[in-house]
Amino acid sequence: MIKIEHLYKTYHADDPERRHEALKDINLTIDDGEVYGIIGESGAGKSTLVRNINLLERPTEGTIVIDGKDVTDYKGKQLLDLRKNIGMIFQHFSLFAQRTVLGNVMFPMEVQGKKKDEAEKRALELLDMVGLADRAENYPSQLSGGQQQRVAIARALANEPTIMLCDEATSALDTMTTKQILKLLHRVNKELGVTIVLITHSMTVAEAICDRVAVIENGSIVEEGPTKEVFANPQSHMARALLGLEDVDEDGRPVGELDEFDAEMSREFAAPHAASAAEGKAE
Amino acid sequence: MDFNAFFAQYGALLAQGTWDTIVMTVLSTLFAYVLGIPLGVLVTITADDGLWPHKACNRILGWIVNIGRSIPFIILLVAIIPFTRFVVGTSLGVPGAIVPLVVSAAPFVARMVEQSLREIDGSLIEAAQSMGASTWQIVWKVYLKESVPSLVRGASIVFITLFGYAAMAGTVGAGGLGDIAIRYGYQRYQTDVMIVTIIILIVLVQIVQSIGDVTARKLDKRNR
Repeated sequence: MIKIEHLYKTYHADDPERRHEALKDINLTIDDGEVYGIIGESGAGKSTLVRNINLLERPTEGTIVIDGKDVTDYKGKQLLDLRKNIGMIFQHFSLFAQRTVLGNVMFPMEVQGKKKDEAEKRALELLDMVGLADRAENYPSQLSGGQQQRVAIARALANEPTIMLCDEATSALDTMTTKQILKLLHRVNKELGVTIVLITHSMTVAEAICDRVAVIENGSIVEEGPTKEVFANPQSHMARALLGLEDVDEDGRPVGELDEFDAEMSREFAAPHAASAAEGKAE
Repeated sequence: MDFNAFFAQYGALLAQGTWDTIVMTVLSTLFAYVLGIPLGVLVTITADDGLWPHKACNRILGWIVNIGRSIPFIILLVAIIPFTRFVVGTSLGVPGAIVPLVVSAAPFVARMVEQSLREIDGSLIEAAQSMGASTWQIVWKVYLKESVPSLVRGASIVFITLFGYAAMAGTVGAGGLGDIAIRYGYQRYQTDVMIVTIIILIVLVQIVQSIGDVTARKLDKRNR
């Protein structure tokens, strides 16, 4: 279980001109085995939030509790061991270009000091699972985006983590590839029981895979709940805006009814959600 | 020009000069990297946005590198003669040249290494951190490993620059092609010797550059 309590992240706290409150009083509980979505526009703070979970960024205030242990101040070996338990994948895959596919998947095990032949065996099993066993000796540059992300997923699973963080993992991929990656993540969640924390700006992605979602806006969570409920009956302006039901300005304030252009855009970008949300309202 | 007569007279001299130049350059490039790689890595990771930010350490290293970079080689060469004598016991010949060459090239190498490491995308460092890699492992397995092609390209630039420096060192008693060009070509007006030394230098530079390019391309696993 991941428990985030009163989390604040402020950049340049001492410099009034550059001071930026990226996260404000975030409280979240993510249960074991669920797929949890954090949705928001770019700059809303979702990347910062997810990086506080594996402490790539340090909270300014607040605590991160993982499986009952307060990890907020973990350093040195404790921190490295914590990260071993949390896999992460990225928007642009972040594979090591000078290593083969196999070498990439072996990297986390190499770093943990696992024996080479054991690491290789496990890496090949993982590549088999993501359907890329035949590409083990290729380099990342020889693979398509979707294949690269599958390698990244195999790599993130190498040390048998219980948690996987996905930072806009499908945002650089086309629709069909996105579907394949989501399907794979679903398998990782169901078959391996890995808790997945996924951040995205795409409502389609969130709806497809998440059990619960939080909507984040300007560093604060404005809405949270089971995906179905949030999508059927969005309460916050931001959730409604992301679903294409209303328009908000840059600060997330509502600017009233949709005009004709907005309505058209909503139909283009979020038609299915808009329809399901309208149904939800009608009920 | 009678080639046979020319080579009978100067062949051995030119061969020795070429050999001395190569030895000076190879050894000083090697030692310059032994010093320059750790220096370049430290400058990179201690930067404010680096893996191991350390303001004071970064400033001091930056100063050292800049001071080294700002002293013209020919001046450094004579200025550190006492230091050269202290290290290798002489300021003459090939050993006497290697010390100032290394002192001059190490900061240059540090900057080249820093530049190569800075090309590594920050998200790769982040990915390695997320897998629980330590700072040392990231330096070794990500920064250095991922920038090998760029480091090789840098090394050929350093090597060629040191060819030029080695020629300068020749003027103060280090031997090598620079010494021959000055003594025979310049001071004795023997233009033919001058031209041949220049041709040898050009050929050496072309060979080094080609080897560097081919090696870098072979080692680079991107864009294929």
